[in-house]
Amino acid sequence: MNPRRRQVLGWGAAAAAGAALAPGLRLVELALARSPEEAASKLQRWGLLIDITQCGECDACVTACSDENGWTGHGRAETDVQWIRKVSLRDKRTGYAQTLPLMCQHCEHPPCVDVCPTGASFKREDGIVLVDKHTCIGCRYCVLACPYGARSFVHEAVEGQKADVPRGKGTVESCTLCVHRVDRGATPACVEACNKDGGKAMAFGDLNDRDSAIHKRLRTEPSSQIRADLALNTGVRYQGL
Amino acid sequence: MRIAAGITAAVLTVAAHADAPRFKIERGEACVAPVAEMRRDHMKMLLHQRDRTLREGIRTTQFSLKNCVDCHASRETGSVLGKDGFCSSCHEYTAVKIDCFECHSPERQKAAAR
Amino acid sequence: MARTHYSEIEGRSPGFYALLGMLGALILAGLGAAWFMEHNGHYVTGMSNRIVWGMPHVFAIFLIVAASGVLNVASIASVFGRDLYKPLARLSGLLALTLLAGGLAVLVLDLGRPERLIVAMTHYNFKSIFAWNIFLYTGFYAVVALYLWTMFERRMNRHTKPAGLVAFVWRLVLTTGTGSIFGFLVAREPYNSALLAPLFIIMSFSFGLAIFVLVLMAACQWTGRPLGEVVLKRLRNLLGVFVAAVLYFVVVQHLTNLYIARQHDVERFFLWEGGVYTALFWFGQVLVGGIVPLVLLFGATSRCAIAAAAAAVILGGLAQLYVLIIGGQAYPQLMFPEKEVRSSFFDGVVAAYAPSLPEVALGVGGVALALALTAVALKVLPFLPKSLADGDVGAAAA
Repeated sequence: MNPRRRQVLGWGAAAAAGAALAPGLRLVELALARSPEEAASKLQRWGLLIDITQCGECDACVTACSDENGWTGHGRAETDVQWIRKVSLRDKRTGYAQTLPLMCQHCEHPPCVDVCPTGASFKREDGIVLVDKHTCIGCRYCVLACPYGARSFVHEAVEGQKADVPRGKGTVESCTLCVHRVDRGATPACVEACNKDGGKAMAFGDLNDRDSAIHKRLRTEPSSQIRADLALNTGVRYQGL
Repeated sequence: MRIAAGITAAVLTVAAHADAPRFKIERGEACVAPVAEMRRDHMKMLLHQRDRTLREGIRTTQFSLKNCVDCHASRETGSVLGKDGFCSSCHEYTAVKIDCFECHSPERQKAAAR
Repeated sequence: MARTHYSEIEGRSPGFYALLGMLGALILAGLGAAWFMEHNGHYVTGMSNRIVWGMPHVFAIFLIVAASGVLNVASIASVFGRDLYKPLARLSGLLALTLLAGGLAVLVLDLGRPERLIVAMTHYNFKSIFAWNIFLYTGFYAVVALYLWTMFERRMNRHTKPAGLVAFVWRLVLTTGTGSIFGFLVAREPYNSALLAPLFIIMSFSFGLAIFVLVLMAACQWTGRPLGEVVLKRLRNLLGVFVAAVLYFVVVQHLTNLYIARQHDVERFFLWEGGVYTALFWFGQVLVGGIVPLVLLFGATSRCAIAAAAAAVILGGLAQLYVLIIGGQAYPQLMFPEKEVRSSFFDGVVAAYAPSLPEVALGVGGVALALALTAVALKVLPFLPKSLADGDVGAAAA
């Protein structure tokens, strides 16, 4: 083979190898837990996909969330904190019944972030919506603004907090997408509990990663947002609604 | 004049030390920064770190509050508060009220990272 | 026209001290209530995760809205040049400051973390209308204080008109901001409407003037200052116009909603199925707050009638804010169209709320604070004209 053709073949092979490997390298980079020194980045957007046709009377997600994050009831249903709850639906005309877990939807354009006077309610670069309890003054405007009723105000003193989940009286809180677990490469407690006993309702992943399971499912199967008409681009998507 | 000043200073120092908070550091080796720097600047470090952790997701352990607690929590009570608690003993002496532990757990929950 | 003479009130009578004593007791009760709520946490109140803003906010927003509206009297004098209102301008400015102080005190003391007020004043999210309001409220103080100074300091009198204009514009922006706190809530059917901002403006005119009339009549009566029919007739007519305007806005808002199929459920809730909210709407807001004052103001001429009308406007205003703030939160958020919704977090149902004693005590304490500050200020500085008798206000019937 003449040297020029060999050269072209060589370059071609290198380019092909690069093209084949590059997505894989990206995949590896994202799949590994972010190291502690690294800040959250816009390259990732964390989200959930919940197939409510798989949801029954089970509330493993709720129990797991309260165990992981240390929130409990005090027997006062109106003021007790709830980061996630099961909602029962019944069609008014047909009587068709469903249940679904409802938590903070981690919107791309969160109304709670817009209305917070001190900026305590904020969206992290990777899409997780959080409350900075250091700056929260407890005005509860975000509780009013949330279309999903996802936020709770802490109505009493808190004791026995989990080390990874600081929470206290007089501030507002909601589902953190288990940010302390996500940052070390794990999945939110609700998803883990749901999938543990073969349940398949909840999936977690990086919505920006074309090779993630969640992205593939969203690309190939129908899904919807609650209150899609508000154009908030939620990070939590549902199937079967 | 100078002798008077010296005696006053000595008396005051002794008096101060007599009332100085007694606290147990609990972990023998060095802290994450020199003692003088920690005494002077620990609040600044915590303020800086909290935004890095919460807003940016940087979870290095060196200046994390959780790590401080894991190291300094009392061997008996497992907490940095309470009688002889590491944080509370100094803070009660200086009458500087802290509200960190209204939200953060004051208890050691795992072996400290270094 | 003769120059108006102002003087401090004497403020040494047993009646004055009794008034201050009573107001002081109410203020202490309010402070005690605030401590009780903050120390134990808000579970001791009637507020919940569905109704996060309760009685304290009804009172606070009433006081804040009235504070901006009460400045109207001074604005009519300075900005629109109506001489008849000039002697009333100082009291109008004072009430603006004291009512705002009372309202803000209630708002701040109800916060989950009131000790973080410094945080609220140093960390701003400028996308939040609430943050803008904090600026507008504190700026309002500076603007009105300056405005009052131009009225008190003779050498600054020529600056009263520009200062009055700034104050007028400032408080229109401020009240628009207060109404927008609710108007900007995208996901709540009773709220998300551009109409709320102008509704709040016209409510401020009405509530503010009603309070002004009552305070003026009480202050003149209790300090023996003559208050003539010319002034009262003007104020009576003005109040009637404002009450009618509020009714107009309410009618337009509900008529429009009734036209929109998607809003039918909300209208059904407020207009006939909402229990206490429906009762407060028709009897409180429309009857006591609208029709009764109109009948009293335009159908009767006695001073009793004016005072009763003003009191009715205030009661109706409180009812209106109760329906708006609490009723608006009680109505469920609609996430799933055409579905019945149930959950452990009270989704899909009308939320229950009953005002608790600490909440009412805090709200009333704020009102008492505003009135106490007014009484003390009247004693310290010459806010009140010596006489508002017909002969003394001159031929200012322009």
